[in-house]
Parts: sequence; structure tokens; C-alpha cells
Amino acid sequence: MEAAFYIAAIVAIVSTVLTITRSNAVHALLYLIVSLLAVAVVFYAMGAPLVAALEVIIYAGAIMVLFVFVVMMLNLGKRAAITEGQWMQGNIWLGPVLLSAVLVAEVLYLILRARLTESAGGVVDPKQVGLALYGPYLIGVELSSMLLLGALVGACHLGRPVLEKAEGRYDRNSDGARAHSGGNLIRAGARRAPNAP
Amino acid sequence: MVPDFEGAMTSPYPIAAIAGILIMVLSLAALLIWVERRLLALWQDRYGPNRVGPFGLLQVVADMIKIFAKEDWLPPFADKAVFIIAPAIIMVTVLLSFAVVPFSPGIIVVDLNIALLFFLGMSSLGVYSIVLAGWASDSKYSLLGGLRAAAQMISYEVFMSLSLMGVVLLAGSFRLSAIVEAQKRLWFIVPQFLGFVLFLIAGVAEARRSPFDLPEAEAELVAGFHSEYSGMKFGMFFVGEYLGVILISSMITVLFFGGWLGPWLPPIVWFLIKMFAFICFFILLRASLPRLRFDQLMSWGWKVMLPLALLNLIVTGAVVVAWR
Repeated sequence: MEAAFYIAAIVAIVSTVLTITRSNAVHALLYLIVSLLAVAVVFYAMGAPLVAALEVIIYAGAIMVLFVFVVMMLNLGKRAAITEGQWMQGNIWLGPVLLSAVLVAEVLYLILRARLTESAGGVVDPKQVGLALYGPYLIGVELSSMLLLGALVGACHLGRPVLEKAEGRYDRNSDGARAHSGGNLIRAGARRAPNAP
Repeated sequence: MVPDFEGAMTSPYPIAAIAGILIMVLSLAALLIWVERRLLALWQDRYGPNRVGPFGLLQVVADMIKIFAKEDWLPPFADKAVFIIAPAIIMVTVLLSFAVVPFSPGIIVVDLNIALLFFLGMSSLGVYSIVLAGWASDSKYSLLGGLRAAAQMISYEVFMSLSLMGVVLLAGSFRLSAIVEAQKRLWFIVPQFLGFVLFLIAGVAEARRSPFDLPEAEAELVAGFHSEYSGMKFGMFFVGEYLGVILISSMITVLFFGGWLGPWLPPIVWFLIKMFAFICFFILLRASLPRLRFDQLMSWGWKVMLPLALLNLIVTGAVVVAWR
């Protein structure tokens, strides 16, 4: 189990570094997914199977799919990758690398000074997690649920159906610009350049 | 510290169990291609493939030889690495899910204590296969298919897991063998009928079968996310879909129909009978229902299925608390 922990930890670190350095957004996301899966294995090796499963289902399986979804919609091509690559060059690296190096040095010092204590020990099963969440940490659960509710209301507000009203107002003006139903899509749009295909 | 997550059900010969289940599941998936074509033909009043071998059984072998001999074309405009890895993802995630399915006592690769969550996790990772295939193909139809798949599978995953929580409440465990054992007196189809219906619909959507096969709707998207795929890479999507059907059928059997439980016959036979009945039901669905429109699919999922799943969870929880 210890070997599994260290292998997964190394995979997590390498894939996270690759996430940062990829210039193609989808490739970076793929490495981020690998990193999250590796973290799930780390959780499992530490004796927290429920957290490992939730990491896979929620982070790797749901949130990252939405990320990929959005990046796909943006349709970043080769040009975006080249721009990204240009941003990566130069002394922009200097500050973050220095600060991270300080953190790495600290971690190394702590590991070498005091040997890491054994993890709390024992396997944490789903029931224990539930009892802890809805017992001593109830306030945290409620607060985060309120935060999510706020986000939900905001999303509903942004996505409210104003489209129909707006279309009704500009109906007369927009008719010419719209394709006839079942008509030739290529002819759609009055403002198209005459030599457009 | 090595936590012992494995139950008593786990097979004593893991390699034999893995090999046996793999061979059984893969040959079943290949056979299903023939079964589906014959059954569809039966319901549509025609013969279907009946020339190669007895009853056309060797049609599968002929198709396989053909698909292996085809040129494995890599589109020059595609994102090569992602294009190649996408069909592998669906095979890996679906086959990994079979590791936790208890076919009968002793015939299970690993009796995990979070088996149900493992299944849900693998099915949510399977989405990447479709989405990445759609993106990497770099063609409009594939991209539209991939976008549809992402939206559809995220929406239907939510209440798929919620609909199963009623079963977990009643059995008191995420372990699939414990869930089967808890159905000794009464199959969960009776107390969890609503959960069963919700899971069935979500399962059809997760397997991307008709009427939820919008990601590959032939009438509008050529072949959706796998338009650019050929040869065995296309074959992997094809087999992956049938593996998904087998997986969902076995999960329905395990969660709602008492798994291997049943009188007289040996347990594995009971399991296979129940599983096969649901596979036939999936094919009948395809033969009889028209494809949904995409906005219908989304509003159906969020406005009907999700509230029903939440209601099911709340009522089941209240009953379980009152019972104790």
C-alpha cells in the first residue's frame, strides 16, 4: 500500500506539472484529469475509500467534463496554442518558481527533521464520514449549501428566458436577416459579404 | 497499514475469475450484435442475418474478420494522441466496472465495500471517451455529437446516482454482494419501484441507446462522435456500447431483482436469465421508440427525473427512519 501511495503521488505531481506546461488547453485538461485520478488513488491508499470514490465521481467525472465541454465550445485552434506557448516563455516563470522552491525546501526540511507521523490510522468508512458531516460539522455543510444555493439563483437569473421577449421586439427588423424555415441556409444573413460562399 | 476492503465473496482464484468474466462478457457482447439484429428483424417482420452458419450465428465472426481487415485510417486533421486514446477509454472503464459485479457467490473479481460508487465513478469517466472522440476528430458532426454526449451524460448521471441511494438506504451498504443478500426476503423492485424506473431510464441514457442515442443520431449527425472512426477503433466503440448494455442490465439485476437469488437453478443461471431479459428489453426499446429531441431530453431529465429521484430519496429515508 505504501508503494501504491508513492507511485500515485509521483504520478500526481508529474501530471500537474504537465498540466501547467501544455499549451493545448484540452491536453492540459487531460493531464489535470490524470492528476485528480492519482489523488483519488492516494486517498484510497490512505484508507479513505469514500473520499477516493467521490474524487473520481465529482471532480474527475463531472467537473472536469464541464471544463472539457467549455473548452470544446471555445474551439481553440492551433493559433491559441501558439499564443499560449508564447506566454509560457521568458522570465514569467521566475517569480512562481522561486516561491514554490521556498515551499519545497520547507516541506523537505520538515520531512527530514521530523519523520512524518503515521496517518490517523484505520479505514474511514462512509458511515463515519456521514456521522461526522452531519454531527460536529453541520454548520459547514449548511454554509456550503447556502453558497451553492446562491450560485444556483445566480445561474437561474443569468439563464432566464429573455430571448423570446427580445425577439418579439425586434421581430420586424430581424426577419430579413433570418433564414426562411427549410430554406437555403447559405443565403441566410442580409449583411453577408457578396462573395461569401 | 493495509486496509481490508475485500469481503468474503471475493473469488479465491482472482486470475481465473478475471479471465472467465472477461471471456464471458466479451463473447456475450459480440454475440449481442447478432442477437440485436435478429430480434430487431423479428419485431419488424423480416429475417435478419441468417445465412452464415446455423441461424446466421457465424455472422459475428464474418463481421469481425471484415473489421480487422479494414484500413485503420487516421484522419490527417485529427489530434492523433487523443483520437487514438478515446476508444480505449470506453473499453477500459466498462470492463473495469465488471470487476465489482457479483455474478454469483465466488464469481466476482473483487467484492469492494464501495462497489456501487466504483460503478458510478467508472460510468462517469466513460463520458470522456465520447467527448474526446468528438473533439479529436476535428469535424463538425463529431463535435456536435461530443457536445450532446457531454450534456446528456452529465445530466442523467446526477439522478442515476440519486435513484440508487434508496437501495443503499434499504441495504445499508455500498457493497453489491450485501445488497443482493439484503433482497433474500423481498426484491428491491417492490419497495423501490420508482427508483427502478428512474435507474432504468438513466441507464438507457448512460449506455446511449435509443431513444437516447442523440450523440450518434444518424438522421442528423452522420454517425455523431464516431463519424471519423474506421476499422477496429470504430469496432471498440461498437463493442463498448454493447458492453455498456450488458453492464446496465447486470446492475439492474443486482440492485433491483435479487442478483443470483432464485429457487432450484444454480445461482449463475438465475443471474444470466435475469440479465438477458433486460438486454432483450433494451433491444425492444430500440425497436419501438422514436428518438427524443435534444431539448426534450434535457428538460425531461432536469424537470421530471431529478425531482422524482429526490422525492424517492426523501420518502425512503423517512420510511427507514420511522421503521427503526
